[in-house]
Amino acid sequence: MKTYLPPKFIVERDDSRCIRCEVCVNQCTFDVHSYDIEDDELKSREENCVGCHRCVVFCPTEALTIRRNPLDYRENYNWRPEVIEDIIKQSETGGMLLTGMGNDKSYRIYWDHLVLNASQVTNPSIDPLREPMELTTYLGQKPDRVEFSSVGLKTELAPQVKLEVPVMFSAMSYGAVSLNVQESLARAATEMGTLWNTGEGGLHPKLYKYGDNTTVQVASGRFGVHPEYLDVARIVEIKIGQGAKPGIGGHLPGEKVSAEVARTRMIPRGTDALSPAPQHDIYSIEDLAQLVYALKEATNYTKPVAVKIAAVHNSAAIASGMVRAGADIIVLDGLRGATGAAPKIIRDNVGIPIELALASVDDRLRQEGIRNQASVVIAGGIRNSGDVAKAIALGADAIYIGTAALVALGCTICQQCHTGKCAWGICTPDPWLTKRVNPDIGARRLSNLLRGWSLELKDILGGMGINALESLRGNRLHLRGVGLTDTELEILGVRMAGS
Amino acid sequence: MKEVVTIDGQGIFSRELNAKLRQAAWNGTQKIELRNVYGQRYIGTNLGKPVEIEIFGTPGNDLGAFMDGPKIIVHGNAQDGCGNTMNDGEIIIHGHAGDILGLSARGGKIFVREDVGYRAGIHMKEYQDKKPAVVIGGTAQDFLGEYMAGGVLILLGLNLKEGERHKANFIGTGMHGGVIYMRGKIQEFQLGKEVGVAELDENDYLTLKGLVGEFASHFDYDAEELLRYKYTKLFPLYLRPYGRLYAY
Repeated sequence: MKTYLPPKFIVERDDSRCIRCEVCVNQCTFDVHSYDIEDDELKSREENCVGCHRCVVFCPTEALTIRRNPLDYRENYNWRPEVIEDIIKQSETGGMLLTGMGNDKSYRIYWDHLVLNASQVTNPSIDPLREPMELTTYLGQKPDRVEFSSVGLKTELAPQVKLEVPVMFSAMSYGAVSLNVQESLARAATEMGTLWNTGEGGLHPKLYKYGDNTTVQVASGRFGVHPEYLDVARIVEIKIGQGAKPGIGGHLPGEKVSAEVARTRMIPRGTDALSPAPQHDIYSIEDLAQLVYALKEATNYTKPVAVKIAAVHNSAAIASGMVRAGADIIVLDGLRGATGAAPKIIRDNVGIPIELALASVDDRLRQEGIRNQASVVIAGGIRNSGDVAKAIALGADAIYIGTAALVALGCTICQQCHTGKCAWGICTPDPWLTKRVNPDIGARRLSNLLRGWSLELKDILGGMGINALESLRGNRLHLRGVGLTDTELEILGVRMAGS
Repeated sequence: MKEVVTIDGQGIFSRELNAKLRQAAWNGTQKIELRNVYGQRYIGTNLGKPVEIEIFGTPGNDLGAFMDGPKIIVHGNAQDGCGNTMNDGEIIIHGHAGDILGLSARGGKIFVREDVGYRAGIHMKEYQDKKPAVVIGGTAQDFLGEYMAGGVLILLGLNLKEGERHKANFIGTGMHGGVIYMRGKIQEFQLGKEVGVAELDENDYLTLKGLVGEFASHFDYDAEELLRYKYTKLFPLYLRPYGRLYAY
């Protein structure tokens, strides 16, 4: 069938700069560039271009420019080019539209409507360059009260996990991302004193040595879940849902199940790895409690058990149930949380913004007097240390980053993860492509990112006159809203700027 | 350390009971007799030793969850989630078992003398020599072998009357690996649409002979007699049942 899809991008090649080195040909995984030896000319199949800019970055003479194809259809606010193209795609395939990364629609980003406070005159700010600043965060259940005996702490504490930076790497499974990506994450997490997360794809034996900085996931497919996997981990996370696809399971297509992925997930090579939508042993809060305690039994009560849900309408009530079910850490993944593959219609339409979910969950747990019983970790579109600081002020204990970490490794958010052709070598099983992420360099880039954010967080805290992140946590007086309605301010629990 | 120890479950919660089991197993006990079990959960979880546990009473949910090696014999009925994500070991139930028997099991064997609840064998998987097996003496409820990705599931239907068919619907829905052997009548409409029906070949009979033989020896049946019945083989029609859902 002839496709009616027009090219999304235009490839401009400055022939006076092009030296025919064919780097673009070799770097592009979508078959855009080709070299015609007879005409000594490089040609482009623009209809294949996804706009990942791999060729632009690697062209040694900067001969390439990738521009959006303006697609000047007759103006129509309802029937925008994206809408038209989606219909064309479906009419040509009859399938559900699949996509990668997070929701790209223009839902309000509340972080951009929240501003932070600083000390002026009436209390001194602190200079973090010369004074100690503490970002240390402990994840895990905190006791209602502590008792001391003559020798020390008498109260028995639930297992705690210490983070040097309140930023962890979000769940990304082996199979969705490559082993080199996971190794980069694991090494950076180890170096920076934080954690990375296996996602639901098992843990490759090569990465067992990073176990102390590893959160392992137990999700509906139970892939690669065995005693050693649970033993080696620092935190065990039950995944109920994910911000990019709340209520939806996952299908890792058979093409991505290579011999190594098969070994780690413990399924035959080439079969689809199907994660069912529900966990079939969890149909209620009571059932969740059963799995939480099954995992605590399986790890002899030595590790916190986290439960991750997608932020949805009833998150606050669900979160209350999760805490009562024995979760030591609850993870909320918001509307903009990303994925290696999800139905586009789900990604773009289901779930709620993380800022609102966080505020309402934190409120609810406080009202019920159980906020201390679990740490709250949020995920879904956190872009920089400003977002982190605002999230902590709204009530989060720590933050997961997924997309930001991948961007540090080269990702340009072209949203082609589901194709398995990632030109940046991140979201692909192709052994030739995965070499594009060198774990030595990847780990350094990720550590650098966390170091940069840590420095900024300390600056933010210092400006507020605070020397420990703990003093900012849940302290919404340090936030003000800009351009928000009364209802939004009420849900966020912050006052209007100027008031 | 004593070869056999007896633990009394009377009046203690799951956590305490399991701590006692763990202590006994880690001390090198070969066999544990568990008396007065009243619904305590997770028995057999995290013992990490090939210990034998004989249970008198009613163990609770998640019996043998994440279990790795022990052998459990239940003189009574098992509840829901028996053998949940089990890695290795054996569970022998002289009675019934509840829902999601062997959920996501990746190894080990489960034998149930009587009936089982809904979604037995759901999402069992296999990898190389790790291949879970579930043998059910009676019949099962709906969604037997749902999402099955590996392993062997045998349904004997020994308590069905002559000509009576199994009641389960949606058998093998979403199945994309492994095999189900059934004795007793079923009709086409009871099967999931991802399942094919075939006669058993020589290899199938070998597998069946081994597992049915074990079942017979556990519950005092005559293996020869059990094997004389006619069996049906259910297998996944597609390795990738959901491969054609998407537009890229």
